[in-house]
Amino acid sequence: MNKGLLGAASVAGLSAAILVGFTMTASAAETKIITIDGSSTVFPISEAVAEEYQAANPNVRVTVGISGTGGGFKKFCRGEIDISDASRPITGSEMTACKAAGVDYVELAVAFDALTVVINPANTFAETLTVAQLKTMWEPAAEGKVTMWNQIDPSFPAEPLKLFGPGTDSGTFDYFTEAVNGKSKASRADYTASEDDNTLVQGVAQEKGGIGYFGLAYYAANADKLKAVKIDGGKGGVSPSKETVIDGTYNPLSRPIFIYVNAASLDKPEVRGYVDFYLDNAAKLSEEVGYIRLPAEAYSAGKEHVANKRVGTVFGGKNEVGV
Amino acid sequence: MSSGPAQNASLALAKRTFRTRKMRDSFYVIVGLSATILGMVTLSALVFTLYSDGHERFTYEFFTNFPSRSAVKAGILSAWVGSLLVIVSTALIGVPLGVTSGIYLEEYAPKNWITAIIEINVNNLAGVPSIIFGLLALGLFVYVFGLGKTILTAGLTLALLILPIIIVSTREATRAIPGSIREAAFAVGATKWQVIWDHVLPYASAGVLTGTIIGIGRAIGETAPLVTIGALTYIAFLPPSPISLEPPFVNFDWLFSPFTVMPIQTYNWTSRPDPAFHANAAALALTLLCTTLTINATAIVLRYRLRKRIKW
Repeated sequence: MNKGLLGAASVAGLSAAILVGFTMTASAAETKIITIDGSSTVFPISEAVAEEYQAANPNVRVTVGISGTGGGFKKFCRGEIDISDASRPITGSEMTACKAAGVDYVELAVAFDALTVVINPANTFAETLTVAQLKTMWEPAAEGKVTMWNQIDPSFPAEPLKLFGPGTDSGTFDYFTEAVNGKSKASRADYTASEDDNTLVQGVAQEKGGIGYFGLAYYAANADKLKAVKIDGGKGGVSPSKETVIDGTYNPLSRPIFIYVNAASLDKPEVRGYVDFYLDNAAKLSEEVGYIRLPAEAYSAGKEHVANKRVGTVFGGKNEVGV
Repeated sequence: MSSGPAQNASLALAKRTFRTRKMRDSFYVIVGLSATILGMVTLSALVFTLYSDGHERFTYEFFTNFPSRSAVKAGILSAWVGSLLVIVSTALIGVPLGVTSGIYLEEYAPKNWITAIIEINVNNLAGVPSIIFGLLALGLFVYVFGLGKTILTAGLTLALLILPIIIVSTREATRAIPGSIREAAFAVGATKWQVIWDHVLPYASAGVLTGTIIGIGRAIGETAPLVTIGALTYIAFLPPSPISLEPPFVNFDWLFSPFTVMPIQTYNWTSRPDPAFHANAAALALTLLCTTLTINATAIVLRYRLRKRIKW
C-alpha cells in the first residue's frame, strides 16, 4: 500500500468515525416514523410542527417531503404516506383514486393563505384591480392579445403588460385560475412561469409593467421591492393582510390550506398525537412562517373530527373559492 | 547569385507568410486566454457571491444541527450525512459493476455485432438525462422490487447513472496498456485471469480511479433522480449507524433509511420567502462545491501517485 491509498483510507475512516459518533446517539430506543408529503405551500407549517413535536416526543420521527399537492395526493391515495399536505381541497379524481385503494381520510384546514397580486413599486395606476380586470389579463382568451395595460382599463397608460405566475403543477395556480377565471387550470399560457416564487419576485421587481401572484409570505418578505394590489371583489379595494383575511373582506383570493390524514394511520398513537399537536399549535406556528391563523373554532372543530374520525371532504371534489 | 530580384521576392513572401503565421499564433493565444479567463472569472464570481452571502453561517452548529423553521438554528446534518451515505452506496454498487463490465467488454467479449450494439448503448447511456434514471428507478426499484424510498434505492439509481462513465474509463485505461505486457505474461504461461489480475488491473487502476471519481463528483450534485424516487425535504434524524459496538459490529440497516441530500436542501432554502434562508443556501452550496473540489483533488493526487508506481 502506498501513501496515497493510506491517505484516502484514513480520510474515509475519519468520516466513518464522525458518522458513528452522530448516529450512535440516535439509534437507542424503538422509534416510530410519521410520513408526510405534498404541497410546498403547506411545507413550512408541517416542518415547524414536526420540529416542535419531535422536540417534545424524542421517540417519534417525522419526515416531510415536497411533491406538490397533486403529487402528495398520488402517494396518499396509494397508502404510502400518513398525511398529505394540500394547498387546495381534494379533487374528484383524487377522491376516486383514494376510494379505489380503500384509503379513508380526515380533512383538516390548518391555516389561511392570502394570494397576493403584486406590481412594481413604480406602477401608480393599478393599485386597485377588480376581479374582472384580473380576468381580462389572465383568461385563456387574452393569450397573445392583451399585451398593454391600457387594454385592461383605458385610463391606464400604454405600458407593456408583463405577467409572472406559478407553474401549472402548483396548487396556487389551480386556486387563482379558479377564483379569477372561473375554471381551475384555465389560464393564458404566455406568461413567465416559475415554480420558485423568488423568481417571480425578481421579475416583477425589475419590470415596470410587471404583475404577478403568489402567497402572502413572499410579499411580506419583499415588501420593499413590490406593491400589493388592493383587490376589488365588488365592495371596494381591499389589501391582503391578516385582518382582511380573518374578517373575510379579502375576497376571493384568500384560501384555506389543508392536511389530509389517512384514517387508518389515526389508529397509531404517534400519528394521532401528531395531528392533535398540529391543531393545538397551528395558530402560532403558521403565523411564525408567514401564514394566517384560522379562527379558534376551526381548530377545535378539527380536533372533534379527528376524535370522531369524520372521514371525507366538505368540498365535494370541486375546487371551491372564497370559503 | 544572378537571380537576385527573384530571391528577394521569395524572401519577402516568406517573411510575409511568416508574419501571418505569427499573427495567427498570437491571435489564438488571445482567444485561448480569454476563454480561460471567462471560465475562471465566472467561477470566482460564483464562489465570491456564495461566500459573501453565506460566510456568516459557517459555524459548528451549521454542520451539526438538523433543519429548522428558524434560519439561524437550521443546519445541514441530515443533508451531508445523507449525501455521504448515498455516495458510499453508489460507489459500492457502481464500481464493481462498472469495472467488471469494462474488463469483460475489453478483454473477454468476442468482437461481433452484439458487443458492438452493447458498446454503442453504453456510450449513449452516458448522455441520457438523469431524470430518466429517476423514472426508471421509481418504477423498478421503488415499486417492482419494493425497495422503498431509501438510501439503497438512491445508491442503485446513481450507480446506474455513473456506470457508463466507469465502464468507458475502465476500457480506455485497459486499452492503454501495451500489448507487450500481456504477451510477456502469456509467454511465461499465465492464464487470462492471472494476466488481468496481476498486470492489467494494477496498471489500469489510475484510469479506473479517475473515471470513478469523476462519476462520483457528478452523482453528488444530482437532484432530479433523487427527487423522483422520493427523497425527503425535511428529516431531522440520521440513518442507523453502519458500525456498532456490539457484534456483528457492522450492519446495513442504514441502507433502508429515508434520507435527504445537500442539493435538495439547497433548493428548498433558496425557494423560501425569508432571505435569511438564502444565506443558509449559499453556505450549503459552497459546502457542496468544496466537497466536489475535494473529491476531484483526491482523484488528481491518487492518479499521480498510482502513475508513479508504474514502471514499464
